[in-house]
Amino acid sequence: MASIQAPPGDSPAHARPPLLRRPDRGLLGGVCAGMAEHFGVAVLIVRMVMVAMVAVGGVGIAVYALAWTLVPVAPDSGRRAGRWEALRQALLIGLGTVVALGVLHRLASRMSYGDALWPMVLGICGLALVWRPIAAADRTSGRGLVSLGGQLRSAVRVDAPRLVLGVLLVSFASAGLLHLVGVQRNLGEAIGVVAIIATILGLLTVPWFVRLGSSLSFERAARIREQERAELAAHLHDSVLQTLALIQKRAGDPREVAGLARQQERELRSWLLERPDPGEGASVAAALERAAAEVEELHRVPIEVVTVGDGPLNGRLEAMVQAAREAMTNAAKFAGSERVDLYAEVERDRVEVFVRDRGVGFDPGAIPADRRGVRDSIVARMERHHGRAVVHSLPGEGTEIELVMAWGSSG
Amino acid sequence: MGVERVSAKPRVVIVDDHHLFRSGVRAELGDEVSVVGDAGGVQEAVAVIREQRPDVVLLDVHMPDGGGVEVITRVAEECETVRFLALSVSDAAEDVIAVIRAGARGYVTKTISAAELARAVRQVADGDAVFSPRLAGFVLDAFAQDAGASSANADLQVAEDRELDQLTPREREVLRHIARGYMYKEVAQRLGISVKTVEAHVSAVLRKLQLSSRHELSRWAVQRRLVSLDGP
Repeated sequence: MASIQAPPGDSPAHARPPLLRRPDRGLLGGVCAGMAEHFGVAVLIVRMVMVAMVAVGGVGIAVYALAWTLVPVAPDSGRRAGRWEALRQALLIGLGTVVALGVLHRLASRMSYGDALWPMVLGICGLALVWRPIAAADRTSGRGLVSLGGQLRSAVRVDAPRLVLGVLLVSFASAGLLHLVGVQRNLGEAIGVVAIIATILGLLTVPWFVRLGSSLSFERAARIREQERAELAAHLHDSVLQTLALIQKRAGDPREVAGLARQQERELRSWLLERPDPGEGASVAAALERAAAEVEELHRVPIEVVTVGDGPLNGRLEAMVQAAREAMTNAAKFAGSERVDLYAEVERDRVEVFVRDRGVGFDPGAIPADRRGVRDSIVARMERHHGRAVVHSLPGEGTEIELVMAWGSSG
Repeated sequence: MGVERVSAKPRVVIVDDHHLFRSGVRAELGDEVSVVGDAGGVQEAVAVIREQRPDVVLLDVHMPDGGGVEVITRVAEECETVRFLALSVSDAAEDVIAVIRAGARGYVTKTISAAELARAVRQVADGDAVFSPRLAGFVLDAFAQDAGASSANADLQVAEDRELDQLTPREREVLRHIARGYMYKEVAQRLGISVKTVEAHVSAVLRKLQLSSRHELSRWAVQRRLVSLDGP
């Protein structure tokens, strides 16, 4: 493989790829290739370090073997490219190893270097064991709702033997190092030992902090999801279940049942679409829809509302909505129509509303005295606000009430 | 075209993933049409339509394995004579747009009464378009004259595109009446034109809806068109 490789498609610093073996790019088990990708350095450097560690009395072998057994294989490692390049590098590395071993052997034999070696090997193995659970935790995260306690419990149950072994190894290593230093009674080295222990303790606890952090955010997400579910359940309980119960009770009254179903449908729709409650809406269309819903609930006649365009509500248009509401009420109450259609069109210079039914109809010229609604609430109201209302109706043909609120472009 | 063929019952296939709904529609349509098959999913629907070659397919917009649009695109080419009428619980604009542009001849909601549904099926069988008041309102909104004014209309379109992107005043008037709840016959009466002319206008609008590249069609689906009022 190329000796310098930035992990593909990875922006440095953040989003470091997980530590995975890459046998497709490696010489042996893909440990170095995986580490290179994880740390974002050239694979050649990792291999050099590994070789140097091998030279130090076999630490590298232990580390490599541990990593090989513990680090999972990258799922997408299928490609095996550049075999010859890899072989070339292997030859180079082999040569380097022989040279390094020779040099270090000489140095080691002179400096009693080897005494500290095995404690270090043990310590590194122990660290590897302690660090290992992080990968496992990463893999299980996002798999569902797990409480913090439950997650810790399961982590401890699964990882306990490995953790104990790791901590034991690290302790042994520390003890070994301490012993060495104790024998030598050298102040500088004692300080070094303290530093070593502090470092080790720090390294040992980092995974726990990391895991705790991710668990907490995980837990927070879980709690939010749980809250949403509870909200959904509460909503369905208050609305849909209540309506279904009502429908069962009123099963004998088809009109009532249809009305209940429509009302519930409207509520559920606006809830699903996250439309703002029409009660809050200060727009013409929203106000008309709300008025239609109220009339429909009151008189149990379906009202189909179609609006084209929408605009902000103002005093005159509010009066218009009131007039439309009155027209709908009349249609629902007196026309005997199966359904009422409301059509509203909002344009730049005018708003038009049509309320139409297919009911009995009447002679607009002879509105009976008890039906003052049309004259007072509709026609007079519109005229008061400089609008206009026209009633088209014929006995037997249904009724259409036309409301127009217009203003010149001068205002 | 229609009058002569009205006597023959249109052959209908019902496609809906709810079994209860299928049998309900079957019962409702009763003697008005002859239901020659039904299907509960896209695969099944494609097979039944190929085999039966019905006049009209009553098509549910939402199905687990792809929905009405999928059915239309799969059979439209080889079954040219088959016409589709979309039927849905949803009156969301994006659903209407998708299924009409895929080639449906009309769109009605599932709450439609049995008589109206039968009438709609017959209209579609006769080659007419079926516009519910809501669909008419939607089209008026999508083709509103000032809808494009706010969005940067930098791309100068060629004249023939313009034609597709606008409704004629007469088409607008017809649609407005449909949105107000008038049936074709009543629209014709009120406008002093023949029912055929009304049907022709509606079919022309349907064609524009299917062929227009007007980007407001999809933009509208997301939000309601807001008009800035000049007064009062």
